[in-house]
Amino acid sequence: MNINYLASLIAVIVLFLLVYVGVEAAGLRYFFGVLLPYLAVIIFIIGFVKKIVGWAKTPVPFRIPTTCGQQETLSWIKPAKIDNPTTGSGVFVRMLLEILCFRSLFRNTKMELREGDKLSYEWEKWLWLFALAFHYSFLTVLLRHLRFFLEPVPGCVKFLESIDGFLQIGLPGIMISGIILLAALLFLLLRRILIPQIKYISLASDYFPLFLIIGIAITGILMRYFTRVDIAGIKELTIGLVTFHPTVPDGGIGGLFYVHLFFVSVLIAYFPFSKLMHLGGIFMSPTRNLTTDTRATRHINPWNYDVKVHTYEEYEEEFREKMIGAGLPVEKES
Amino acid sequence: MLKEKRIFNKKLVIAGLIIFIGVITFPFWFNHAKVVAPPEVKLTEKAKEAKECVLPDKVKMRGNHMQLLDMWRDTVVRDGNRKYIGTNGKEYEMSLSNTCLDCHSNKADFCDKCHEYASVNPYCWDCHIDNPKETKNNETQ
Repeated sequence: MNINYLASLIAVIVLFLLVYVGVEAAGLRYFFGVLLPYLAVIIFIIGFVKKIVGWAKTPVPFRIPTTCGQQETLSWIKPAKIDNPTTGSGVFVRMLLEILCFRSLFRNTKMELREGDKLSYEWEKWLWLFALAFHYSFLTVLLRHLRFFLEPVPGCVKFLESIDGFLQIGLPGIMISGIILLAALLFLLLRRILIPQIKYISLASDYFPLFLIIGIAITGILMRYFTRVDIAGIKELTIGLVTFHPTVPDGGIGGLFYVHLFFVSVLIAYFPFSKLMHLGGIFMSPTRNLTTDTRATRHINPWNYDVKVHTYEEYEEEFREKMIGAGLPVEKES
Repeated sequence: MLKEKRIFNKKLVIAGLIIFIGVITFPFWFNHAKVVAPPEVKLTEKAKEAKECVLPDKVKMRGNHMQLLDMWRDTVVRDGNRKYIGTNGKEYEMSLSNTCLDCHSNKADFCDKCHEYASVNPYCWDCHIDNPKETKNNETQ
């Protein structure tokens, strides 16, 4: 047992009980269905902007891009234009590939001792694969949920849904993204729990978002495939939220929906203060977004103060007569 | 250290933030804060007369009708069994065209109302409704 993941799991269970009892016993539907989601969105936007502005105000004293290839140099040596970008467009492509394909994670290696003391490095691609699966399936799930927030529902959302559900298994049809999302989340969780080295460096703030998103995925899957809810009633609530005419429909949408909504509210309110801020942070990473033209252009440390200098001209001006008197050579005679 | 804190690459950072906020608040400005009325389904005279449906209450029907239809489809296609005993003890024929759509013949004012509202596109209609009704004849074929 490990206090870090136990504490996170208990926190999520407490949140679950809080909202379930709050809705089912105390009837706080308006509080959990309207007030908290609004509050969460406000916290998210203000927190996100403050965090980004805070990072943008932090000076970068040195150029610290990580280089993964040959820097631009003599004309007959081929430079790695994307992995060691000297131009803005090179940085743009590098950032784009980093954000869309997680290239630096793709290079992830695992170091271990084999046959006693033989050091070996191995290309560890599973984390990259499941991270990619997690992020893209989460994005798909998120975009699919636009059908609850837009009226009329745009064709692209319907198209995405039809692709996601093209297996046409069961009714309501299975959405591939939901299954991949849950599978990837379980991999990311088990990786932290089962591999001793990773367990050692994992904190409660690593487990909590995982448990929370697993909670969101499970409640969503339960509602869609198992316990069933009145979907028109849910849209009445969600569309009411985004059109600023909040209503809480009575009946049909059970406690499980409020658990789902509350977990999402907690996630987005917690977002700006957590590791999840890598969403914004990736754009602000000096190891990725700086050009590597360090030998061509001078990077001035922003916190350099104006150094008071005393040039030789000023020195000679001050001591000219004494220098001439001592027979020292001067550049100007008077 | 820096005397005053300034935002580095101000234009880029501000532009990025404005784009980000624009994207995440998309549902808020897409709907223009208009009032979206929840769908109101119309019952045909025949449905009103019948008073009860295959499932006991409206909420259950709203949430579970698709699973019932899925079960019906499997039972009919795999077992050739078309008898369904409702929770009210009545016997129904398991058939979307002949049972459900017999009373609820107004697809546009009944089925489509909620389906369109919640962006559900069931493929039931690929075969049913516009096609000739199922008969005893093509059941035995």
